[in-house]
Formats: sequence, C-alpha cells, structure tokens
Amino acid sequence: MGVKTEDVRSRSIEELIIEGAGCASCVGKIENALKSVSGVENAEMNFAQRTVSVTGTANPSALVKAVERAGYSAKVATSESDGDALAEKEQADWAYYKRLMREMTVALSLGVPLMIYSLFVGEMTVTTATERVTWLVVGILTLGVLYFSGKHFFVGAWQSLKNHSANMDTLIALGTGTAWLYSMVVVLVPHLVPEMARHVYFEATAMIIGLINLGLALELKARGRTSEAIKRLIGLQAKTARVIRDDKQLDIAIEDLLEEDVVRVRPGEKIPVDGKVIEGSTTVDESMLTGEPMPVEKSVGDDVVAGTINKSGSFLFQATRVGKDTALAQIINMVKRAQNSKPPIGRLADIISAYFVPVVMIIAVISALAWLNFGPEPALAFAVVSATTVLIIACPCALGLATPMSVMVGVGKAAEAGVLIRNGEALQTASKVSAMILDKTGTITLGSPKVTDVLVASEYDEQTVLQLAATLESGSEHPLAQAIVESARERGIKTSKVSNFNAIAGHGVEAEVDGKSLLFGNEKLLRERQVELGNFVEKAQGLAAEAKTPMYFAVDNELAAIIAVADPIKDDSVAAIKRLQDNGVRVVMLTGDNRATAEAVAEKVGIKEFFAEVLPEEKSKKVQELQMEGEIVGMTGDGINDAPALAIANVGFAIGTGTDVAIESADITLMRGSLHGLADAVAVSKATLSNIKQNLFGAFIYNVAGIPFAAGVLYPFFGMLLSPVIAGAAMAFSSLTVVSNANRLRFFKAKKH
Amino acid sequence: MLFINIAGIALIALIVWWFWLYTPKQMKLGEGDWVIAVENGTYSPSRINVPEGKPVELRFLRKDQSPCSETLLIPDLEISETLPFNKLKPIQIPALEPGEYDFHCQMQMYRGKLVVG
Repeated sequence: MGVKTEDVRSRSIEELIIEGAGCASCVGKIENALKSVSGVENAEMNFAQRTVSVTGTANPSALVKAVERAGYSAKVATSESDGDALAEKEQADWAYYKRLMREMTVALSLGVPLMIYSLFVGEMTVTTATERVTWLVVGILTLGVLYFSGKHFFVGAWQSLKNHSANMDTLIALGTGTAWLYSMVVVLVPHLVPEMARHVYFEATAMIIGLINLGLALELKARGRTSEAIKRLIGLQAKTARVIRDDKQLDIAIEDLLEEDVVRVRPGEKIPVDGKVIEGSTTVDESMLTGEPMPVEKSVGDDVVAGTINKSGSFLFQATRVGKDTALAQIINMVKRAQNSKPPIGRLADIISAYFVPVVMIIAVISALAWLNFGPEPALAFAVVSATTVLIIACPCALGLATPMSVMVGVGKAAEAGVLIRNGEALQTASKVSAMILDKTGTITLGSPKVTDVLVASEYDEQTVLQLAATLESGSEHPLAQAIVESARERGIKTSKVSNFNAIAGHGVEAEVDGKSLLFGNEKLLRERQVELGNFVEKAQGLAAEAKTPMYFAVDNELAAIIAVADPIKDDSVAAIKRLQDNGVRVVMLTGDNRATAEAVAEKVGIKEFFAEVLPEEKSKKVQELQMEGEIVGMTGDGINDAPALAIANVGFAIGTGTDVAIESADITLMRGSLHGLADAVAVSKATLSNIKQNLFGAFIYNVAGIPFAAGVLYPFFGMLLSPVIAGAAMAFSSLTVVSNANRLRFFKAKKH
Repeated sequence: MLFINIAGIALIALIVWWFWLYTPKQMKLGEGDWVIAVENGTYSPSRINVPEGKPVELRFLRKDQSPCSETLLIPDLEISETLPFNKLKPIQIPALEPGEYDFHCQMQMYRGKLVVG
C-alpha cells in the first residue's frame, strides 16, 4: 500500500530557494517566518546560497507562502545537483542489478537441472508413489524460488490488480502461478486430473522466473547506455571554481558561487559558470556544447559558458548566470525533457499497451477453452500449457519501450552534435521535412555584412557620403546599418546628430542630419520618393550580380551614392546545403535582398529556388505558400526576427544562437552557426525515426506472431506447440532486443563535414 | 464441459469488467498535501481529484527500483520528470481546465489520472 503522508513528512527536510533577499538581516526575518508555520521544527538559512533548509512536518506550499508573506519569494528546490542525483541513481541501479542477478542465479540453479532431466532423462509425470513424493519436494523448492526470485512479480501483480490495472507483472505472475498450481494439483490430488495429463511443469516455472530476471538485469545495463549523452553533459559541470573575493583567491564549491563573483580560469580548466570576460584573453573549446570543432577566441567583453574548456590563456570573468540558470544547466534540462517526450508515432503503441494485458488474459482463457473443447488428449495438460505460454510470451514491454528508448538515444546523440530538440514531435516532424527554407542573413551568410563599394555621384565624395550615411544609420540596429557605421568608424569618420529618424520596414530609413533630409534604402523606396536614379540602376545591378546588396543614398531628394554591402557566406554553407539536398530536401532561400543579389548568393551556394525582396512580416506567408504546395516545411532562421515564421513552419530551426537555449519559437535549436548543424539535425531525426519504426515493427510482429503460436494455432497443422520455457526466454529477450537496437543509434555518425 | 465453458466465459467477462468497466474511487486532493507512492507497478492513489483552475503540487515518492517507474509523464501538460528513488519529488501542476489528464510511466505500465473539476 501507499506510504502514509505522515511517515514521509516526519522525516522530511525541505530545501527552499529564496529570491529577493539582499541583506543579511533578511535571514532572521525569513527564518522566523518559516518557524511560525505549524509543524516546522527548525529553519536555517544559508545566506551565501540563498537557500533555507526546513525540518519538520509542514507542507512545502505553506512554507513558500510564509516566505512570501515576509516579503520575499521562494521556491522548493530539488534537493540535489544533477551530478549527485546521477551518482545516486547509478548506485541504486547497480544494487537492483545485483539483486536481479542473484534472483536469476537461484531460479536457474533449480530450473536448469530440472530442464536437463525433462529433456534427457524422462517425462515429468506423476504415476508412482515415489514420484509423487519426489515431485512434492521439487514443488516446494519451486515455491521457494517463486518466493525468493519471483516475489516482486507477484506483489506487483496483486497491487495493480487491486487498482484495476494490469502490467507485465500480472502476466508473469499468472503464467508461472498457473503452471505451479496445476503441477501441485497433479502431485497432491492426482485423481482429479486425467491420467494422461498428470504432468508437472516445475521446470518451466523456475526457468521462466530465472530468464525474465536475467532479461531485466541485462535490460537495466543496456538502458544505462541509452543515457550516455546526458551523463556526458552532466559530467561537463565543474565541481569547484577559483573565485576572487576581497582580493583573495579561494577555491569554492560551484554551488556557492554567486552572480557577479569574479572567477579566474587557468589554461586547461573548465569554465565553471556563465560569465563575461573582464581581464585577459584566451581561446576556448566549446565543441562539447556547440559541436563546433574550432576553438573560439575570447577577450574582454566576450561571453564564456559553463562546461567549456579554456585552452590557452589565463583570464578573469564575472559570473552572469550560476546554478540552474547557466546555459549548460538549461541544456541538460531541455535534453532530459525531450528524451522523455514521445513522438506521435509512439501513440498507437501507447493505445495498444493500455489494453494489452487484459486482452492477453482473455486470449489465454479462450486458448485454454479451445484446447479443452477441441484438443486431443491430454486436453487439460495442453490447455494449461497453452494458457501459460500465451501469458508468458506476450510482452507489453517491448511495445512500450520501442519509442522511448530510441528517442532517448536519438535526442542525446543530437545534443552531442549541438542540436537541441525540443520534444518528440519536433524530432518526428524534422525527419519528414521535405522543404527547408533558409533565411539568408545569418544562416547561409555570417550575418555581419561589410561595406564593399561606395559609388558616389559627381558632386559628392566618399568621406562625406559615409559620414552622412553613418550618422543616419547610427540609430538603427539593422545589420546593414551597422556595417555602414562600422565602416565609417574604421575610417575615423565622426558622426553627428540625427533628428526625425524614421525606419521604413523592409525598405530603408530617413532622417534629418545637419539640416539635410537624408533617404537611404532600396530602389523601390527611392522611386516612390521620385528620386532620379539615372545610370546608377545599372551600376547597382552589376553589384547585385556579385552577390552584394546595393543601397541608394539620397540627400535632399537627389541621389548621392550607392553603398554596397556584402555579407560573406559561411565557409561550410555550400557543403551543408548539399548534404540537405542529398537527403532529398528541397532547399529554398529567403531574403529581403533584391532579386539580383539573391540570385547571386543562391547560385554561389547551390540553391535553385529563392524568395527575394521578402519583407520581414511576409516571411511566414512564404512558409505557408510552400505548405500549400503540400510540403512539410522546415524554417531556419535566427529565432528572433523570424519568430513568427519559425512558429508557423512544421519545424522551426533556430541557428547559431550560441548558448542561448531558451528560444521559444524554435522546435530545434542549433547551437553552432554552421549549417552542418541543420543537416545533422535532419539526419539524426531520420535515423531515430527509422530506429523507432524498426523497434515498433519488431515488437508488433513479435506479439502478433508469438501469441497465436503460443496458443497452439500451428498444432493442428504441424503438431507444433511452443514450450513455456522458450516463451519465457523469448519474452525476456524481446525487450532487451528493443533496448539494444535503440543503442545502435549511439554509433550514428553524421556524415563527415 | 458445459460448466467449464460457462466458467471460462464468466472469467472473460470478469476480466472485461474489472479492468475496463469498473471506475475506481477518486482521491480528493486536499491542500496540495498528497504524496503519491510509486510502488509495485502502481501509483497509489492513482486517480486524483484536483481542484479546477488552481495550481497544485503533487509529490511523488518512488519506492520501486524498476527503471520503468523512474519517469513520470503527463503528456497533456508536457510534463516529463525523473523520479529519484526513495526521495520526494514535488511536481507543480498548473491551473487546469476541467477534464481528465492521464499520467503514466514511459511504458504506460504505471497509469494514473488527474481528474479536474
């Protein structure tokens, strides 16, 4: 029966995380507030960690309320770090494994000799008085085995029966129980049983219990391997940090590190929490998180991330996110969640497994009745054997495990490649993506454009144009604008003051600078304002054909210059796009650039289709257009400007967000900037889905073929009837097979880049 | 023989009634103070009455070592949590609309229901 609430509470220690406690005097206030809650024996606050441990019998929500009444906020902490929880789990698993192996050994040391006897020495029938005594002894020994090695099946079966539910335990307990009871009836009151049917099945009982325990033990081992990826991620967390407080350097446990602490990291060390470099420079290996093999250079002002490894220099950084807020902790959380979520493909198996066990019980009854009514003599023995075998061979586990095991390994594998999959549904849809829209800027290209050409009209010079343009653009956050501002800064040009700044979305900007009215934007905008463009249109086309983005600059409604900006294509975009195309995905580029520029970029990277001159708000329309054509559309963008398009696509991929994992609009987050991450994501999802299909298919076929075979369907034709021992072995190893097949995914390698 | 057949059919009827037709009693959830034990292949209690439109906390205690019992899923609420062995695990349930919400382990051998309203 369930544990009584009071038992648990009397032992309970609650950990609360307190927020909003800024001063040491808060400690007393919070502790007193908690102590006033009835049932609380003691409350002790650790100010450095901002946690309180409360002992007593109060319920946690009352504690939280008490803290809130005192003017702070609190939440119940999970009591331990991921690392500790993992170690504890492994220890518990190991103990369980040893127990299963022990139980298996005991069961098989009775089962195997009996098996050998029945196979080579003689029929296990009860005819003489001596035989009766011998089998009685064996029967009692078997009961011992059922108690020692099979108790958990029987207790579980009984508990769930009481709850009107049934599970694998029910089947095993019923199967072995039936075999044992029948055998005991034969031994104790043989005259109730027809002479030909006086057969005992103690060997089957012991063997089945032994084999199933063995199967469970091996499955437990194999399951451990499915969570390798998450273990590796948890292992990335550093245990200690070298913090500088009051000009003193001291090593502290990572849990004690606070935001804004200054931390020193030496070459070869793990970066303990997220932060910003404030002194020194170095290169950092971030491959464990982003899958990006090249070390990343870091200097003052750059962000560093927990779990990555400092390669060359020693530096100081200020912690910005600690504990559960670090990118690594969030990644671990997200991967864990996704690993336990289920793609729609698993739903059928779920529906089936909900009805599975009672259905199998009914089949067992029907099969026994069929044998009794129509079977040859000894019909009773046949009926018992077939019912037992049906109960034993049926394996809801294989069916139930098929999907989650593959998802577990697949999602973990993806995380290793820097691909974070939000849930099972995203995984499944990603495997079916038929068209992939790539937003050009920041996806195919680096997203940091540079000024390449400044073509001025006769009465202007480059210096003046850039000065005015940079001034105009200094207030804009558009990447093209920043390129111009940057270019002016490089040339040492100083900007002046802007007034009446107005951004015309997707077209350009206008403002007044030094009494001049400036207009900067695309051809469409300038034509709308009736600016004479002259032969600059051709020049612009020439620049566009070189994959540059030309923009027109007008002063007091007269054309002053064309400024061309180009956004370099990422080194590996071409190769990654090819991988997608080779995988049968229709790749479409989307950009706000003019047609000519778009065409030039598309051609360079090997994309045949593109949407050009797309306004930001039209992006989602383009996604819908492809969906109308019947495509399953993946949309790849930076996750911020593209949020609506990402959300409307069948699968939204946010690329190159580095370590910002909390992109709500994305189904899949690619931690590194390279498009290879995208190709990896598609490849891993495809591999995982086909693995799930193999598992589901195998589990279905196993049950659909195994159950009738066990019931004796083949007997009238071939005289074949399955032995319950073989059924036990088959059942034990069917779920092991599913887990092992899922484990094959661990060896999945995304194609070499 | 007739007797045996009738007994067999009665047994089938019993199975159908016991597992599918019978509606078990519900546990009323008080002020967020229930502990749900995960043990021997079941959640107890397994049917939990939750007040409508009010967030509650369920606390799970896993006493079963089998790996199946380790994961708790509430698919409709996108909740997926690992339950530590022999340790209370609080799980926050957001305010819910009236209806029934299944919760179960990865393989659906452990099954329970939140009944709201």
